Amino acid sequence: MIAVENINVGQQVGFGIIALMMIVGAIRVVTNKNVVHAALWLVVVLAGAAAQYLLLAAEFVAVTQVLVYIGAVMVLFLFGTMLTRSKVGNDENLDNRNGAMIGIPVALLLLGTLTYGLLKTYKAERLPLKNTPFNIQQLSDSIFSHYLLPFWALSFVLLAAVIGAIVLARRD
Amino acid sequence: MLISEFLLLGAVLFCIGVYGVIVRKNAVLVLMSIELILNSVNINLLAFSLKYNDISGQTFALYIIAVAAAEVGVGLALVLLIYRNKRNISLDELSEMKG
Repeated sequence: MIAVENINVGQQVGFGIIALMMIVGAIRVVTNKNVVHAALWLVVVLAGAAAQYLLLAAEFVAVTQVLVYIGAVMVLFLFGTMLTRSKVGNDENLDNRNGAMIGIPVALLLLGTLTYGLLKTYKAERLPLKNTPFNIQQLSDSIFSHYLLPFWALSFVLLAAVIGAIVLARRD
Repeated sequence: MLISEFLLLGAVLFCIGVYGVIVRKNAVLVLMSIELILNSVNINLLAFSLKYNDISGQTFALYIIAVAAAEVGVGLALVLLIYRNKRNISLDELSEMKG
């Protein structure tokens, strides 16, 4: 996998640094004893994901990721932490008893299976270095013509989510 | 760039997210682990979009982001409601449906 020619070194180094940052951040999210710190480590992972989308030539999705995830979802998480009055400092009661005994084997087994399958299928296939990346016009054409029906369905999902959230969280 | 680098990054994030869903007891932290899983799926979709030169992957990624936002909104409203009724958001306390 490593020994291929004609690699773009800068891109490769950028990918490696961001990927390492994301993996460390993700591990901190699932092991941290402090809810607020876990939420802040999640910001690192989400920002890294936005950078990876840029490397994959999907700039509109990257901007949307920053706006929706880092802007809105993180605020929701911090509000959720605040309103449920989770302990601000370290809390030893965040994990299941003996959860790691099940979780680590399941995660490693899943990772092994996925790695085997992916490396077997896409051994050294390259991503094309395209001269003309997709622009936003093509993306909007795709959303508003070919995938219009899912777009409508999605608008109903969002409407239902807004009304549902208000109905659930309202004090009556 | 090799496509398998991005796919492996997605696989690692997916497994960490699954580990979080299994291990965590606090409902807010379980929702955060689900966000990790959704992001790993998005990385996969965008990698395939670039590989096969098809814009559909980016469209799906945008739809996934929208659905994830809706999911977090409703999920946190549910967590808030559970907290209001039980003063606790540990998922193993919700055992009313156990026979």
